[in-house]
Amino acid sequence: MNESNYDEIMQLLCDRLNSLTNSEATVTPETNLISELSIDSIKLLNLIMEIEDTFDISIPINALADVQTVDELAGLISRIKSTH
Amino acid sequence: MNLLEKLDAAAAARKAMLPDGVGAFGIPIEEVYSATEAKIGERRVLLLGTNNYLGLTFAPECIEAAHQALNHEGTGTTGSRMANGSYYGHRALEQEFADFYQCSAGIVFTTGYQANLGTISGLVGRGDTVLIDGDSHASIYDGCILSGAEIIRFKHNDMADMEKRLRRLGNRTETTLIIVEGIYSMLGDQAPLAEIVRLKNKYNCTLLLDEAHSLGVLGETGQGLVEKTGLLNEVDFITGTFSKSLCSIGGFCVSNHSQLDQLRFVSHPYIFTASPSPATIASTRAALALLKNGDNLRKQLWKNCSQLYERLKTAGYELGPEPGPVIAAILDNPKQALQIWQSLLEHNIYVNLILPPAAPDGKSLVRCSVNAAHTTEQMTYVGDTFAKLYQQILEH
Repeated sequence: MNESNYDEIMQLLCDRLNSLTNSEATVTPETNLISELSIDSIKLLNLIMEIEDTFDISIPINALADVQTVDELAGLISRIKSTH
Repeated sequence: MNLLEKLDAAAAARKAMLPDGVGAFGIPIEEVYSATEAKIGERRVLLLGTNNYLGLTFAPECIEAAHQALNHEGTGTTGSRMANGSYYGHRALEQEFADFYQCSAGIVFTTGYQANLGTISGLVGRGDTVLIDGDSHASIYDGCILSGAEIIRFKHNDMADMEKRLRRLGNRTETTLIIVEGIYSMLGDQAPLAEIVRLKNKYNCTLLLDEAHSLGVLGETGQGLVEKTGLLNEVDFITGTFSKSLCSIGGFCVSNHSQLDQLRFVSHPYIFTASPSPATIASTRAALALLKNGDNLRKQLWKNCSQLYERLKTAGYELGPEPGPVIAAILDNPKQALQIWQSLLEHNIYVNLILPPAAPDGKSLVRCSVNAAHTTEQMTYVGDTFAKLYQQILEH
């Protein structure tokens, strides 16, 4: 995995998730998207679409089934981006 | 949390949304009086929560055909067509659907859900891609998941978003199946088929159109969106259901591609299930004949659709973008939707309540399904009641 690519993605995810959740807790790579951030599925899907446009990629929705943490989401995006 | 505790958590979430005693999901219907009326509790209610678009549930031709089949072939086939064989009615109905769509072949499935499940999972597999509208029915999502193909969603009816995703697929578009619906069940809007066909041809994909809600409703002979748009020959596979305009249960797929027949050998939802009962097939055949010649029914249906859509719009409701047999009032939150739904039932009107996440964009829907058997007076009563509730509930 290209590290700068991953770092860029992680930074973007943390910024967007922090603004979406409006919570005191800071989003980290280990943060669980569902159980810790309480983001509903619609907000999460909208965020995914925004990320897709930012990086000009499409994320298959079945690949999201394996994603629990911010780190895993960043890894998935990074992998898809590297194959484009 | 063990398996049963997970179900308890889901039940608690549902209960939080719907107070005790509200049976919005699975309301008990005690007796059905006609295509437009039934008994719920002690009330005689107007039915606007069914998909009986042509109002054929009590058509004498369909009932007689079902009786004849029951008498001559029994209550069920007791197994799959692969193991137990294909009855005359199964084969005849497949030919009738193929003829209706001027296609070379058709396949009948046991339910409409299985028609999508079986067709999609037979057509694509691991390594392929499905590109689907974000508002697709669950049978499309589930068919895609069963197939193992990569699932890419585009924004509902957004052709710029669809093309963006096609471009991103690069040379994988040749193994991509685009799936859209004639009329979408949530807001009742139609797919922009001409633009979808243009993109399908530009990127060399395969196109499947689900006419579940548009069969019998759109087009001169009721073929659906393909007939209304004159694009029948541009769609590779058409699926649909018997449980809406055809008033029974089952589904179909038709195509001019000779490979369609191969689905009978690879599609588990076709192979490993009991075939439709003789009475179901017989009433469906009779209904299909009525549907083809149902110009007057379609005229009455569209008159009713326009009347109710305009009345609700004038009353102030936010609606889907165009009139049709599915008319959904879009509410900001579940509480408002529940209040409207409950009040309608108290006024003896049964409609569908759709709450997040089932409804698009986090909204809640109170959805009416209009049919050809509804009278002008019934439509007036429903429209006026909606208008009264808008003032009582939404303007306060």
